Amino acid sequence: MKSKADVVIIGGGINGCSLAYNLAKKKVNVVVVEKNYLSSGATGACGAGIRQQWSTLENTKLSIESVKIFEKLSKELGQDIEFRQGGYLIAIHDKKELIQAEKNVAMQRSLGLKVDILDVNKINGIVPILDVKGINAIGATFCPTDGHANPFKTNFAYAYAARRFGAEIYTHTKAIGIKTNQKKIKSVETDKGSIKTDCVVNAAGIDSKEIASMVKINLPIIEYRKEIMATECLKPLFEAMVISFKDGIYFSQQREGQIVGGIPIPEERSGFKTIPTFAFMQHMAKTLVRYAPILKHVNMLRHWTGFYDVTPDSRPILGEVKKIKGFIQCNGFSGHGFMISPMVTKILSEYIADGKFPAILKDLNLDRFKGEKIVYEKSVVG
Amino acid sequence: MKKISIVCRCEDITEEDVIKAIDEGYTDIEELRKKLRIGMGPCQGRVCIQLVAKILEKKTGKKVSSIPLPTSRPPEIPVSLGTLASDEK
Repeated sequence: MKSKADVVIIGGGINGCSLAYNLAKKKVNVVVVEKNYLSSGATGACGAGIRQQWSTLENTKLSIESVKIFEKLSKELGQDIEFRQGGYLIAIHDKKELIQAEKNVAMQRSLGLKVDILDVNKINGIVPILDVKGINAIGATFCPTDGHANPFKTNFAYAYAARRFGAEIYTHTKAIGIKTNQKKIKSVETDKGSIKTDCVVNAAGIDSKEIASMVKINLPIIEYRKEIMATECLKPLFEAMVISFKDGIYFSQQREGQIVGGIPIPEERSGFKTIPTFAFMQHMAKTLVRYAPILKHVNMLRHWTGFYDVTPDSRPILGEVKKIKGFIQCNGFSGHGFMISPMVTKILSEYIADGKFPAILKDLNLDRFKGEKIVYEKSVVG
Repeated sequence: MKKISIVCRCEDITEEDVIKAIDEGYTDIEELRKKLRIGMGPCQGRVCIQLVAKILEKKTGKKVSSIPLPTSRPPEIPVSLGTLASDEK
């Protein structure tokens, strides 16, 4: 194991590995430590969706730029990440949702995104198996360039490319302490040895709070267990991801043919418990069959849990903290870390390697939770 | 004719596929699962996981007994959404 690095990244998920790639490409000497295996946290339980339809400017910008990177990523990384653009169809159920959708679409269009509000009778043209009456939809928004990629393969492809540029990635290596001196990072202590560095990136997903507490920084992150399921593989039925903010459901058909989707159970509580529940299986099956009655004949094969690391405004915490020089946050993704990771890590790599400090790093800094008015991301699902 | 050994019947994964993935650096059974979809089909790994563990032992020297089983995923056997959605007890 290396005993010295320019940057140590804690966490081998999508954000840790894509940041390692972006830094290594800039010839930065970077090490990733991952306590388990690559994609063992939220990335490995991810629903695979890539969406640009958000209510806040920052998330919309990050996701639009990320899609531009995703479009060329298989080629850039030298491995197929199974990216495809079948769009996202967001159901609108009532007047209140329609007003919010109009606001969102106007903002998204101002950033150049192609997105439309559809009449209810146009929904089946996009996803034929939906029962618009069962959904109680009065319309939908649709963005054709939203889509999917395989989160594990994207994670592995970033790691593979990062290593090719000289990054070292150590799995089954746990960060157990961070040493500082006069409010500057000195080293990262792991169970396999110490690594001297003056820059640490906290990309530990749901464990980010614990990592930050090693240097007495409090991150306002609450962990929520989320459940998700996959059916048996079917012939291609539809290409879009279908979601509803009101019902909390999201589902889509993956490349192999399985339908993957999730929904929060009504009795959801925060916590670290990972056991899947019967309540989810029933609630998901009922809602999915209401949305697409034909699916009642389809078998659910498996369902699993993952975590959302949720911040007070459901937006990530990015960039260097004021109190400790060299301590950089890349966490609090609140359930949408995969889809914005390409741009998030590009921005962070440019900050670390080139000192670039775009406005978005100020807007999403940890300091935003102090006093000032919080801008909530409303378009959260699952 | 080339001799092919199928390791995972659900996803059509051969012994060669597994060996290739291990050579590419996927040496965790969970990483192999996510790379190749072994254990994600209708049988949930009943056929393949022990075979993959043996190949891993042969290739990496890790003992089968020290290779953890992948996380178990309910409902264990395929159950139709219609059955799960009904209120029958």
